[in-house]
Amino acid sequence: MLEIKNLHAEVDGNKILRGIDLTVRPGEVHAIMGPNGSGKSTLSYVLAGKDDYEITEGSISYNGVDWAELGADERAAAGMFLAFQYPIEIPGVATMTFLKTALNAQRKARGEDEISTPDFMKLVREKSKELKVTPDMLKRPLNVGFSGGEKKRAEILQMSLLEPTLCVLDETDSGLDIDALRVVSEGVNQLRSPERSMIVITHYQRLLDHIVPDVVHVLSKGKIVKTGGKELALELEKNGYADYVGEEAA
Amino acid sequence: MNAPANIKETKAEQSLNAQFDAIFAQTTQENANQRKQAWDAFKAKGIPHRRVEEWHYTDLRTKMNDAFALASKTAPKADALKGAGGLKTYRIAIVNGRYAPELSSDQDVAGLSIAQTGGFLASQLGTDDAMAHLNQALVQGGISIKIAADAKIDLPIEIVRYTDGSEVSSYAGTSVEIGSGAKALIIESFEGDADAAYQSNALTEVKVGDKADVHWLKLQVESAKAQHIETLSIELGAETNFQHFIYNEGASLSRAQLFLEFKGENTHAGLRGTSLLKDSQHADITLFVKHAVRGCESREYYRSVVDDKARAVFQGKIIVEQAAQKTDGQMMIKTLLLSDTAEINAKPELEIFADDVQCAHGSTTGDIDEDLLFYLMARGIPEAQARKILVLAFLSEAIEEFEEEQCVELLEAMTRSWLHADDMVSE
Repeated sequence: MLEIKNLHAEVDGNKILRGIDLTVRPGEVHAIMGPNGSGKSTLSYVLAGKDDYEITEGSISYNGVDWAELGADERAAAGMFLAFQYPIEIPGVATMTFLKTALNAQRKARGEDEISTPDFMKLVREKSKELKVTPDMLKRPLNVGFSGGEKKRAEILQMSLLEPTLCVLDETDSGLDIDALRVVSEGVNQLRSPERSMIVITHYQRLLDHIVPDVVHVLSKGKIVKTGGKELALELEKNGYADYVGEEAA
Repeated sequence: MNAPANIKETKAEQSLNAQFDAIFAQTTQENANQRKQAWDAFKAKGIPHRRVEEWHYTDLRTKMNDAFALASKTAPKADALKGAGGLKTYRIAIVNGRYAPELSSDQDVAGLSIAQTGGFLASQLGTDDAMAHLNQALVQGGISIKIAADAKIDLPIEIVRYTDGSEVSSYAGTSVEIGSGAKALIIESFEGDADAAYQSNALTEVKVGDKADVHWLKLQVESAKAQHIETLSIELGAETNFQHFIYNEGASLSRAQLFLEFKGENTHAGLRGTSLLKDSQHADITLFVKHAVRGCESREYYRSVVDDKARAVFQGKIIVEQAAQKTDGQMMIKTLLLSDTAEINAKPELEIFADDVQCAHGSTTGDIDEDLLFYLMARGIPEAQARKILVLAFLSEAIEEFEEEQCVELLEAMTRSWLHADDMVSE
């Protein structure tokens, strides 16, 4: 279970998050929506443990472990996965090599045996087929020359291979056409399970037609200003964020 | 005279005086003139120092405390020589400046001929450098390698240059002639007794004919206390492809100076390399590339990873003469500095006298990209391992451009070993 209490965070001295309270139980999918600049991506980076994102007040704990004690790599081994809004291109690192290195690093951190190469190959082949990730993509350097859709599919492939229990999807729908959105959403939906928590960050309701959330939160100016069911997303789509942004400003 | 008269001779220069007198006394009449001329040319300049422009960043006069005694002939065990790390090759061993047939391959290879020489080179191809002159003044021996026209040599030709002993110096002179239409891969290693302090000074002249295809890999893996100076002069004929790669890992001080001249039209030359430096290593790569004829293409791409208090120096001068229209020259220097005290001095220069050319140069220097590091760590890869992956990736990009499969594998393995990342998954 993820528990965020009164979380304040800043980047380069700029206060971005101003008191977030959020609890996500296993099996739940929470959507976080909000206008540009509300702090959605910052929340995802703070959860994943990016260096220059500093928690100034409050706490994050996952399954009883204080997240502040763990580096980004240790959080990943403890079940955290961030699907990046802009997956980074890493020239010189073949995708396949990267996937195996990441999987084995996490296994090692958890005291498990490394996966054998044949087992790994089989696993990747299976999962990449479902996500329409071609063998050619796996041979290329990580994300280099991938289209927007390919990058997002590759992110979900990583998620599916690493089997995290806490998934944060940061605007996974951005830059996707309708078909790619469907493939990615199906990939995500297959990973929904009673043990797994998900936070889906998005601007738009359309992603939530495919990945139907249990709870929807509205984030504005670094705080959650409204929480509701999936119907809240539909309301936002109709009326925009003006009500909430205005409310906060008053 | 370059050196002002009031500069006192250093201890190293005084030692060199005595060494020259001794070796000159033993020189046959046939070679005496050449030795003496080279010595006079060296004496006119002295050991290069920071006021000599080409040596500005490598003040050898200060760094060379003494000139070690000329190494005598020795017989090291065959397994002391590392060379190309176990690749199947045609091996030519040069120990302490002298051809060592007992450590070399002896089978006949069609189109390849090897001859022991005194190390005196015909022309020095116009190289007027003090340390190249010093090589010819003190040269102990060498070889001549000839590859016949149209010969396709399948085996890599491996030149192992081994300095045996501590506080000794070695001077070898090598000439390589590659005939028109020939194809060859040359892997040259510079090495010595681990932990021994020694000085090696090698001069090599390469002449390549027309329509040849030559790959040349230099592995500079001298001992950590060695001082290494190599002068390589290259002349290329027409429609030839010449690819050179320096792997720079060893020596406390190294200087690789390449003088390349395009003599025939429509030739491609790639000069590439990686330098992996730590502690207080100082590694200098200096290029002079002369486009004298039209339609040639040169690529100068070097990448360095510099840690601790080490310093990398790159100087690259591309000269495009008026006749060299349609020249395409691209130079790019990329450096990763892994510590606050690491340094790079990069000086790319273009001198262009032709008007219809495409030339560019650039240089980037930086630390490991934090965003890349975070991405890898967010996938569970610990920071130390993630850093190694990114350093290896940075160097691999340069290595892969050499396009000789067995060399790429060898270079990646050596790089992983330098990074203490042998356990890392290879590509």
